[in-house]
Amino acid sequence: MVALSETELPSPTQDIKQLDRRIIARRLSVILMALLALAVVVNLALGASGTSLWGALGKLISGAELTTMERVVLWDIRLPRIILCILVGAALAVSGAVMQGLFRNPLADPGLVGVGAGAGLGAITSIVLGSLLPVGFQSLFGHYVTPAAAFVGGWGSTLILYRISTRGGRTSVATMLLAGIALGSLAGAVSGILVYMADDNQLRDLTFWQMGSLAGATWEKSMIAGPVILLAIAGSTWFAHGLNCLALGEAAAAHMGIPVQRMKNAAIFSVAAATGVAVAATGGIGFVGIVVPHVLRLATGPDHGTLLPNAALLGATLLLGADLISRTIIAPAELPIGIVTAVLGAPVFLWILLKRRGMVDQ
Amino acid sequence: MRHIAFAAALSLMATATPMLAAERILSIGGSVTEIIYALGGEDKVIARDTTSSYPVAAEELPDVGYMRALSPEGVLSVNPDLIVSEAGAGPAETLEVLKKAGITFIEVPDSFTADGILEKIAAVGEAIGKPAEAVKLSAEVENDLTSVAEKTATIPETERKRVLFILSTRGGRIMASGTNTAADGIISLAGGVNALTDFEGYKLMTDEAVSQAAPDVILMMDRGGDHGAPNDELLALPAIVTTPAAETRSVIRMDGLYLLGFGPRTADAALALAQKIYGTF
Repeated sequence: MVALSETELPSPTQDIKQLDRRIIARRLSVILMALLALAVVVNLALGASGTSLWGALGKLISGAELTTMERVVLWDIRLPRIILCILVGAALAVSGAVMQGLFRNPLADPGLVGVGAGAGLGAITSIVLGSLLPVGFQSLFGHYVTPAAAFVGGWGSTLILYRISTRGGRTSVATMLLAGIALGSLAGAVSGILVYMADDNQLRDLTFWQMGSLAGATWEKSMIAGPVILLAIAGSTWFAHGLNCLALGEAAAAHMGIPVQRMKNAAIFSVAAATGVAVAATGGIGFVGIVVPHVLRLATGPDHGTLLPNAALLGATLLLGADLISRTIIAPAELPIGIVTAVLGAPVFLWILLKRRGMVDQ
Repeated sequence: MRHIAFAAALSLMATATPMLAAERILSIGGSVTEIIYALGGEDKVIARDTTSSYPVAAEELPDVGYMRALSPEGVLSVNPDLIVSEAGAGPAETLEVLKKAGITFIEVPDSFTADGILEKIAAVGEAIGKPAEAVKLSAEVENDLTSVAEKTATIPETERKRVLFILSTRGGRIMASGTNTAADGIISLAGGVNALTDFEGYKLMTDEAVSQAAPDVILMMDRGGDHGAPNDELLALPAIVTTPAAETRSVIRMDGLYLLGFGPRTADAALALAQKIYGTF
């Protein structure tokens, strides 16, 4: 009750504080954009092969021919990878922020809409049973069978979860949370059966898929993932204000004129689309969806109007950084990026918890 | 005179380099690397994958990672003009980029039989431009394999030992080899009988299925370190304690690549395994 009256009638000092935060958030956006641009240049310039970006640029300007090595490394390897990094990082971070707002739970992540478990099941199914597909089908889709199956699996499980938790046109997030756990273990069990059927090589493919990697980044993947993710992120700015109001509770949000059910639909399906595509393109990459929104909330507060775009920027930058580490630290081999994000993300997450606890204790 | 010398030089070049000979070879897969070294092609090898751990000299080469998760730029960074690989290298996206960069990629067939090894040697020899050496090595290996086969053929059917290959016992659960694996192949080359033949590949076994398989000998990969204690633990597992192997304490541990590589050393490995199983020859 106390909290509610405080938000309804902001004290003058709080007003100033909020204004400050908005200014800080705007400045942060500029800083994050600069960081992202820097990360793009660094990722384009550095890599195991030592191909020089500057040398290639010089040749382009002077009109000289690029060597095959320069063309392949810069154009076919590094650039599509950077674009996919930006897309996936932004998708995961924004989806995380949206889910935390929607569930009003700081631990919520995109996995809660069932995308993760469903996508995992889809990927496992395609890896283990892919050889049973008719040959013509295989050659038609080639190595896109696994990403496609992951996307279908992710979407399918979100749809099921949505059906289960929607009664009389109202979606209950609490039911969704619980049903998500049940559906997750069901998908896990079916995955387990498939893992049991898998042979040695399939098991290894599976392990690497679960650890995530951008090594398979191609222009085609970026072109497929790009529109979906950009649309989902752009859409999320539409319900940013709604998520702010939702922080006060569903009834309060409805009284403030928010079309709560429509907003929930939009949020759930944009998250499912963005993370479905992201997971399909790169496998499992953890912690971005949790760490990025929390870091930003600590810095600039919970306003989704600034949180969501900043999350997109920071998520993209973070994933570029993680990918740089993943592809250079044990070069010429490569560390799966899921390991890097977990190693970097888990300590940050713990630090956030400690800091938060400190704030609560005071 | 000059014409003759020129023609001679030309024909020499033509025979020595049937295709554009590779100068910088990336070798992927433990057995492929072994074969390249055995063919005397090691001076052209500039990098290897994680599974290529023999001969020891190969370990000093840059490691491009696990063969099914190759990084495109990592591979390009060692600047190979030829990649010779065991079956199953990937991912497909990486191979596509490498093809674009103009690198020749040759996949060598893999099967777990004596003939499979000879085919592999021929394919590697062809790939690295040493077909004559390959014929020679192949003849030697075939000879060795035949002599092992002749020795093991003398074992009467009734005295053949049932061998259970265990890949891992993590958490007390046994992952064992069925048919169509390198383990299955080496067991039969060594004159043993695979104790598990009702499935393909490696599978987690229930304890009862292991008891029922009743192996006379347990075969494992040697991961180095203390041998005594793990054997006690292994033989005390409920699945194994009832088997003939536990009674006679027959556990054989051998180096993984030596035992399962299916390369030039396989005849040796089969003979060594046969000696450990039967104690003779």
